[in-house]
Amino acid sequence: MAIATEQPGVGAPHGGTPLDPHAIRAEFPIFRTTVHGRPLIYLDSASTSQKPQAVLDAVNGYYREYNANVHRGIYEIGERATEAYEAVRASIARFINAPDVHEVVFTRNATEAINLVAYTWGRRTIGQSDAIVLTEMEHHANLVPWQLLVQEKDGDLEFIPITDEGRLRLDVYDVLLRLRPRLVAFTQVSNTLGTINPVREMVDRAHAAGALVLIDGAQAVPHVPVDVQALGADFYVFSGHKMLAPPGSGALWARRELLEAMPPFMAGGEMIREVHLRRSEWNAIPWKFEAGTPDAAAAIGFGAAAEYLMALGMDRVRAHEHDLIAYALDTLRAELPQLTLYGPPAAERGGVVSFNVPNVHPHDVAQILDRFGIAIRAGHHCTMPLHERLDLAATCRASFNVYSTRDDIDALVDGLREVVRIFGD
Amino acid sequence: MDDLYRDYILEHYRRPHNFGVLEQPTATYEGANPLCGDRITMMLGIRDGVVAEVGFTGRGCAISQASASLLTDEIKGKPVDAVAKLTTQDLLDLLGIEISPARLKCALLSLDTLEHALAESGVAPARGAAS
Repeated sequence: MAIATEQPGVGAPHGGTPLDPHAIRAEFPIFRTTVHGRPLIYLDSASTSQKPQAVLDAVNGYYREYNANVHRGIYEIGERATEAYEAVRASIARFINAPDVHEVVFTRNATEAINLVAYTWGRRTIGQSDAIVLTEMEHHANLVPWQLLVQEKDGDLEFIPITDEGRLRLDVYDVLLRLRPRLVAFTQVSNTLGTINPVREMVDRAHAAGALVLIDGAQAVPHVPVDVQALGADFYVFSGHKMLAPPGSGALWARRELLEAMPPFMAGGEMIREVHLRRSEWNAIPWKFEAGTPDAAAAIGFGAAAEYLMALGMDRVRAHEHDLIAYALDTLRAELPQLTLYGPPAAERGGVVSFNVPNVHPHDVAQILDRFGIAIRAGHHCTMPLHERLDLAATCRASFNVYSTRDDIDALVDGLREVVRIFGD
Repeated sequence: MDDLYRDYILEHYRRPHNFGVLEQPTATYEGANPLCGDRITMMLGIRDGVVAEVGFTGRGCAISQASASLLTDEIKGKPVDAVAKLTTQDLLDLLGIEISPARLKCALLSLDTLEHALAESGVAPARGAAS
């Protein structure tokens, strides 16, 4: 087990034998696709990741061999589906080092997991003038649910500002904690700047001030080793689709006593133990929060993705991506000095490089890169307040995953040269 | 290779025509595509049923800004009734480039904004987008 004060993923990583991204890439069928007659260069993994053959096979295998509703059928394939579905819970628990498999609640994605917490724990806990502390770098998914909650309860939102380099202002955080907030909710890794936040330190300070902590791990789980016990979090949420799994899969992890005290989120089948016409009793956790027939195929793909990443080793994944980010920052600075790059140095960054080409709108950059088969994100990446803080309408974002290579970055540089050539001065 | 970024489009983007603020507009409207951050403010000076003056300001992608430049050239000096009849296809013809579905909103922002400005002047545009 990790030392409690160690910050996973921050600093120069030491991952043992390096990953071979070319061998990994061969396991992702999409890279046989061509775009405008060129091989696909996919640099939008922070938006959604590509899927390896192992995940496609797992999903396909469920549909072809044992498609049945989970937790219902008293017959061979129904039992097999239930067993596979619950085995995913164990894989996910191992993936984030959850102490208890029943603390893993399946959701459609991180957004649904945050809404679950806001609507159950939040509505029961937050009252008039109660504060929730967020940050200026949150994805809209970790902002808007809290806006709705405090509007309903007449509570308050406070925000930890960022420095120009994209780090959280922990000095201001300390001041905000004096307001005795009920909850601190923040992203482990920024989807726009790539900043890896000092989670453990922030969690300790929140707990000392009497607040619970929710970590948005959507951009962390694909890139850095995650150990929810070492992080000390109370709630941890993430999506499957950014970590090689199908969309429609995701999870909330929370400590057992929190989950047990929380009322149900959605109501219907599966989440009940007994139903009478005028009252019902809830199922045990985690099923209390899993109303209705789940997307079992997506869940089974989720488990396959977690197993795939664990087999690669998340330390090695982090080391590979650290190498790519360092290479990308160095190469872009050297080859295209006119670019504006956003965010902290490579050692504090996960999977993302955001930039602007002077006098060229990000949409035009993305459109020209597309002609070369290069996919990047252009826009506000669901962080409009962060863009407002940086006084930017939009940015370009290149983001990586296990299958990304230095060749992808070289292709990006060539494509950006063409952007500069077309738009001139 | 570039059908989209033709020289005249880039020229209109770099040095847009009719870019600037009117001193006494009879109608002003600010339009935006919040998703991409394109922004255009269209100002009209309508006298005796004619668009006597037109100006715009804004920031955004090459397509949205070139489109506003070309459109303001097109409507200057024209009777309001004729301007109100402009269609989506008329604007795409003005641009003269193949616009992909993802960029249609960029191309049409200028026309949308113009229609809102016309509606402010009590002229109902033919496309009805400003309703």
